[in-house]
Amino acid sequence: MDIAFIDNVLFATVRTATPLLLVALGAMMSERAGVLNLGQEGMVLVGAALAFIAAYVTGSMGWGVLAGAFAGMLVSVLFAFIALSLMANQVATGLALTIFGTGLSAFIGADYVGQSITGLSPIAIPLLSNIPLVGKALFAQDLLVYLSFGLFAGLWWIMRSTRLGLIIRAVGENPQAAHALGYPVIKIRYLAVLFGGAMAGLAGAYLSLSYTPMWSEGIAAGRGWIALALVVFASWRTQRVLLGAWLFGFASILHLLLQGYGYDISPNLLGMLPYLVTIIVLVIMMRRKQGIGDAPRSLGRPFSPSR
Amino acid sequence: MRLELLGLSKRYPGCVANDAVSLKVEPGEIHAILGENGAGKSTLMKMIYGVVKPDDGQMMWNNKEVEIKGPAHARQLGMGMVFQHFSLFETLTVTENIALYLEPSEVSSMAALRQHIEAVAQEYGLAINPDRKVGSLSVGEQQRVEIIRCLIQDIKLLILDEPTAVLTPAEADHLIQVLKQLASKGCSILFISHKLHEVNALCDRATVLRAGKVTGSCVPRETSPADMARLMLGDELTLTETFTGGKTADLLLQLKQIEVAPNDLFAIHLRDINLNLHRGEIVGLAGVAGNGQDELVDLLNGEIAANAGQMTLSGQSITPLSVQQRRRLGMAVVPADRIGRGAVGTMNLTENNLLTASITHGTKGGLINWQAVSQRTKQIIQRYKVKTTGEHEQADSLSGGNLQKFILGREIEQAPQVLICFHPTWGVDVGAANLIHQQLIALRDQGAAILVLSEDLDELYLLADRLGALCAGQLSPVIAKDEVSLEQLGQWMAGQFDSKETSHAH
Amino acid sequence: MRIEKRLQPSRTMVLMSPVLALVLTLLTGAALFKLLGHPAGLSLYNYFINPISDWYGVSELLVKVTPLLLCAIGLMLCFKGKVWNIGAEGQFIFAALISGYVSLQLLQAEGFWVLPVIILSGALAGMAWAGVAALLKTHFGASEILTTIMLNYIALNLLLWGVHGPLKDPDGYNFPESALFTDQTLLPLLSEDYRVTVAIYIALFMLAVVWFVLSKTLFGFQIRVLGESARAANFVGYNSKLLIWMLLLFSGAMAGVAAVSEVNGPVGQLIPTLNLGYGYAAIIVVFMGRMHPVGILIASFLLGLTYVGGEMVQIEQGMPKSIVGLFQGMLLFFLLACDLLIHYRLVLPNSAIPSFSSRRSKQVVS
Repeated sequence: MDIAFIDNVLFATVRTATPLLLVALGAMMSERAGVLNLGQEGMVLVGAALAFIAAYVTGSMGWGVLAGAFAGMLVSVLFAFIALSLMANQVATGLALTIFGTGLSAFIGADYVGQSITGLSPIAIPLLSNIPLVGKALFAQDLLVYLSFGLFAGLWWIMRSTRLGLIIRAVGENPQAAHALGYPVIKIRYLAVLFGGAMAGLAGAYLSLSYTPMWSEGIAAGRGWIALALVVFASWRTQRVLLGAWLFGFASILHLLLQGYGYDISPNLLGMLPYLVTIIVLVIMMRRKQGIGDAPRSLGRPFSPSR
Repeated sequence: MRLELLGLSKRYPGCVANDAVSLKVEPGEIHAILGENGAGKSTLMKMIYGVVKPDDGQMMWNNKEVEIKGPAHARQLGMGMVFQHFSLFETLTVTENIALYLEPSEVSSMAALRQHIEAVAQEYGLAINPDRKVGSLSVGEQQRVEIIRCLIQDIKLLILDEPTAVLTPAEADHLIQVLKQLASKGCSILFISHKLHEVNALCDRATVLRAGKVTGSCVPRETSPADMARLMLGDELTLTETFTGGKTADLLLQLKQIEVAPNDLFAIHLRDINLNLHRGEIVGLAGVAGNGQDELVDLLNGEIAANAGQMTLSGQSITPLSVQQRRRLGMAVVPADRIGRGAVGTMNLTENNLLTASITHGTKGGLINWQAVSQRTKQIIQRYKVKTTGEHEQADSLSGGNLQKFILGREIEQAPQVLICFHPTWGVDVGAANLIHQQLIALRDQGAAILVLSEDLDELYLLADRLGALCAGQLSPVIAKDEVSLEQLGQWMAGQFDSKETSHAH
Repeated sequence: MRIEKRLQPSRTMVLMSPVLALVLTLLTGAALFKLLGHPAGLSLYNYFINPISDWYGVSELLVKVTPLLLCAIGLMLCFKGKVWNIGAEGQFIFAALISGYVSLQLLQAEGFWVLPVIILSGALAGMAWAGVAALLKTHFGASEILTTIMLNYIALNLLLWGVHGPLKDPDGYNFPESALFTDQTLLPLLSEDYRVTVAIYIALFMLAVVWFVLSKTLFGFQIRVLGESARAANFVGYNSKLLIWMLLLFSGAMAGVAAVSEVNGPVGQLIPTLNLGYGYAAIIVVFMGRMHPVGILIASFLLGLTYVGGEMVQIEQGMPKSIVGLFQGMLLFFLLACDLLIHYRLVLPNSAIPSFSSRRSKQVVS
């Protein structure tokens, strides 16, 4: 096993982890504010479809990325309106968003199946990208990966040492008390959900513009759901989301490794790995009895300020 | 004039919470808002503090008309409020909680705020560790956090919603000292209560509310408690009746050296609980909330298992038995949470009757006889004077008192041998409380053993044959009511069990 | 306009909300067709009426209703107990794989026992797959929403592995499909002219059973209590873990039978594109049907119509088939939105109840 091989494995791990990281960070923020949005998968798909279409039509990657994030945010407004303003059950509304997003993305993307574009190209940062092992993985990626690093750092800082982070945590833990203190609970929750939508849309853009630069139905392949599990795994903490995303990224490319060693296993069986790992991780987390304790107290409960 | 209200009104669908309420508060005055549960006291305070918008009326602050836009605005004007159900965030620290309460401009840095908190705490003798998570504090300490949070700014009016309900007598005395100190500095205080003696000891003026209306205003020191009670309760007689003691017979339920280890972060460790319940007696347990009452009730109900010790019913071990098995043997429990545990809010009364009654009747071989259940539900409604549109009404549209009557009736109709009753009259109006008390006494006189857990000491002295208290998961001695002075009970509630003047009951 | 909480939830709105949602979906659908340059009226006609304008069309609707209804029957009990089994899809696919395997073993078998064995194998396989989620939930406390979703993806991969590998028809020109089932392994048709099988009877029978259980038995009552308030269920000592197991196993079995109804019915072999999302659509059936047996019967026809209608506009107007998911998603969205009116009512600003803004006028009087 040579260094180049490990370099490539780490590189692929980070690439595979990027969409998970983006979705999970967004989901984490809305869950921190007390909103359980199970529509991640749908938002990723809509983001991916629109990002691809925009990039294909305009020929500009920038427009593609913007369109993806914007589309994700737009469909998250639907969720926010129904779950927050109309106080519907968040589980059901999230499912509706996933079903709707799956249909919508397939519908608008139908004409673009099989079309191809040149994907986002990696930009190697001089010097840094030459560091052994981590250089290629961290510093020879494309802009969206760097953006995900930046977003991670920003959110980490916000949650750790800003008043905004404190307010978000407060709203997710005890919305009645936050309301009594004069914080606009519903508005903060709206923003958190919309931010989550934009992040999911970005993840979709990454999938259809960089990871596999094309559009196909169901391109998210459950990543939205895995990201939700990732948030549980991370106990709603930013750093752990990053670690978890890398762990899942690695698990998802295990089959490349196995094939590299010459094992002949059906790709369909290997395709089960990320989902299997997700289940195992959930079980381990729950066994340690930590996961549940860290969940924002009012997660998934509708809030009505009227009384 | 610091604060003046002119005809403030608030209506909710189906009820008028406040009807043209007017009152005046001078600087440095301690003003009581007196009224029964449901009289509209809390709504009034929330309107003053801007949490709820009034439908009608006018408010003057320092002689100028204001329209409070929200709590933040109220704070800016110099108001502070200590809520009945605390508005704190359990997973955040004391300092973080207080930071959230303040405007961003008032928090230069967390370190400075921390110092400020310690200074205020020192000044008023309110000891607190600013770095603790609020969830790990006792109820009394949490209230201190709420008070400090108000005092950290230049405060002109402090509103407290039933602040002593969650305190031991000694803690309550301390709070009253703090409030007097504050008033002497010119801060006005609005003090919500339904306890006459407290209002008498503390307040300069009192405004009395009944069913959302002001029924009178008085100077407590110059008014007899009977007159104040009449203002509060109306002309209907306040039956402060007394009951004769029960005729204690043979031992029914026995707890021997029970220990329950906590199964989550906020649970209380029950240690060395020894308790005997006899036929025909009511045992009352006092205690500030969060001292193991929930755990004790869950243990007796069979929801949580003891780690050590023995429980017997008529000499038969019930330690390993499930909830349903225990109920089959004649145990019944009325929990503190009426909606959510004692009753399912979204189900109707018939279904809620079946919830526990299925053990004794209404089912056969797993099939439900709805007609029989509905018939019995009607009986309960009639016998226990439950105000409802009928047995098909949903439980959560009943008032708290009516639902409590229903739940109690449901359990009593099953003729239990042992009844565990947690907060039997919490949030219940006087009339309903009277009825509940009478029903409990009647059940006792039929030979049942009853355990009452309550924070209302008057109620415990009224009902119980023997008294004790829980503190930090431990049980005080449980002895005849006549031998327990209020002071003694207060010490027990604070955890001082080994006082010399009492000996163990056995 | 603002909203105001009702004193009692409105029973009328419980029933009207799905109707309102359907109307809104149709209106939005019409706008969508118009936007895409299709005549709105004709498109809606093609979608919702044309497919069932003859008996064959109705029978095709029944073909879709059968698996939908079977899945929904199981999910209805789960959701009543607030066990969020999103895994009917996976239970369906896994059961299809197993019962398909059993069918392939029994291609030459004769006897009355063949079909019962196949149906049983499907039900058991569905139960096993749901049982995994039950175990993970009751034993480890893992959220059934996430585990059942993951199990859906795993089941799909297993099916793909099966039809690409061990179960591939050796004489099938290397297509990823199993051999065609023989007549004795296929469910009997109701009539030679149509594709509807006896499975629709099973579905209707099970619907009646579930209705009985929910309305007449203590077990059904316990499920409802568990769903409405898990804390109350604990308080009265219902065995929540056992209930969760029963609910998941039952809905797994129903999804399994649904799989048999499809694979050993109209499809007749194992193919990689077996799953048309019945497991997900059944979730909408349950919500639209108000978790009531009669309601889900009606709703399963409506959702079945979204499938046959989708096929119709695909053929007639060249619409992408994904329009099915779009309509289904809209239906659920609108339903959830309309459900607000069960607990709240809309209040117009100038109605009898005084609002904050009217306070000045009153003041003059006082």
